[in-house]
Amino acid sequence: MSKSLNVLFAGFGGQGILFAGKVMAYAGLFDGKELSWLPSYGPEMRGGTCNCSVCLSDEAIGSPLVVNPDVLVAMNLPSLDKFVDAVVPGGSIFLDSSIIDKKVERDDISVYYVPATKLAEENGIKGLANIVLLGKMLKELEFATGESIEKSVRKCVPAKKAAMVDFNLKAIEIGRAQ
Amino acid sequence: MAEKVLMKGNEALAEAAIAAGCRHFFGYPITPQTEVAAYMSKRMPKIGGTYLQAESEVAAINMVYGASSAGMRVMTSSSSPGISLKSEGISYLAGADLPALIINVQRGGPGLGGIQPSQSDYWQATRATGHGDFHILVFAPSTVQEMVDLVSEAFDLGDQYRMPAMILSDGMLGQMMEPVVLPEASDKPLPEKPWATNGTRGGRPHNIINSLYITPAELEQLVFERFKKYDEIKEKHQKAECYLTDDAEIVVVAYGASSRIARSAVNTAREQGIKAGLIRPITLWPFPDKAIKAAVPTAKQILCVEMSMGQMVDDVRLAVNGAKPVSFYGRTGGVIPTPAEVLDQIKKLGGVE
Repeated sequence: MSKSLNVLFAGFGGQGILFAGKVMAYAGLFDGKELSWLPSYGPEMRGGTCNCSVCLSDEAIGSPLVVNPDVLVAMNLPSLDKFVDAVVPGGSIFLDSSIIDKKVERDDISVYYVPATKLAEENGIKGLANIVLLGKMLKELEFATGESIEKSVRKCVPAKKAAMVDFNLKAIEIGRAQ
Repeated sequence: MAEKVLMKGNEALAEAAIAAGCRHFFGYPITPQTEVAAYMSKRMPKIGGTYLQAESEVAAINMVYGASSAGMRVMTSSSSPGISLKSEGISYLAGADLPALIINVQRGGPGLGGIQPSQSDYWQATRATGHGDFHILVFAPSTVQEMVDLVSEAFDLGDQYRMPAMILSDGMLGQMMEPVVLPEASDKPLPEKPWATNGTRGGRPHNIINSLYITPAELEQLVFERFKKYDEIKEKHQKAECYLTDDAEIVVVAYGASSRIARSAVNTAREQGIKAGLIRPITLWPFPDKAIKAAVPTAKQILCVEMSMGQMVDDVRLAVNGAKPVSFYGRTGGVIPTPAEVLDQIKKLGGVE
């Protein structure tokens, strides 16, 4: 991993955009990185588009707002359309190909098409497409250690939903297997 | 060392206030500040404190006045339009020499404005949080950790000088999560407040908390004394961070959220061979004019960057006093400037391009 990684997670409210960002952020914390997590906030979060900027770095984070991401995680078409041109050359896009029926036309970035929603449903973990995508991102970019990701999942899943820990870990593994 | 956790600025601030001994919170919800109140509503009842959602911002600030009169460590929080509503009460606090912590998680204005981050309440915070001849202490954190660290300092200085203190945050700092080490709950007793109206127990004369002084000479004298206190604070409590300013030819001045963006731009400028540096005021009142003046000799250009149309730039110009050119770059209305935009300004001033 390069010395800093700026990621934009984007999709509909309710897809777990903020949660996926938080799992990534906590993994960075456990790896001893500098980091920031910044959600979009406002009326657009209710059913509309939602996004979240996560920066991991070896140095102090300047602006926590990711304008030109190294990595875009897109979970719906409006988000892909909105941010596809903002990705830096040489960057990458992870998209949920079971929701986004479109190919990215840029050839200066790496695009990973993951049928995340379909995979989650088939594996009995409906609603965890976000974490499946995060698992794929972990495999391709190694932005954190496996140990830190597992610790992060355990930290981020609230105590009241402890049963979800294993489902989230399963989602990571499914993503990593893609 | 205590565990590092990830917390939103708003929540970390609330927890830090509790650790600093605050047990009374009066507020009213408003985006992007609501997490402060939400956090307090969960925590305060568990530790024997008071969380009260008032019927309005005006009511909340007057509850603060009451609790502070009784000698309690008390706070309120709001965002820009709500602070305007509180301004009458803040003036009364200042006029009655009462300490209290006021949080402003700024959003775009004027009017209802927007809900995205802004720094357009600088003038209000440093010039006129209400009517009359007075100042309040104003602190401007730029990270979640600093937000936490400044809370107890704001409470302590407010108590020491018997005046309101404000933490001027914004929607970005309030909403973002960063690693933070929360302070241990302070076990040092809060300062004695012999002036408080908390019962004579039959043993001392009545204390009176009041901001009404009908006799001009008496009021003038009181204001004179307050301004002596302000002079002492200006002398002793200015705070700023100077980053790469020792040899800086282009000195950027920015606080809070915009200082983070400016710092990225300064780093890139240095990589490109431009001698840029950053002065980051941490106290906005007292304004750190000593730090600005110290950077003037090496500076060829001074650039103030804000998320407003240019408010702090007035104080920068006063400190520079015409010795060097001062220019301004800002975005407003909830738009956050990018490091690239600030870098462009630095390059222009440096004659590069």
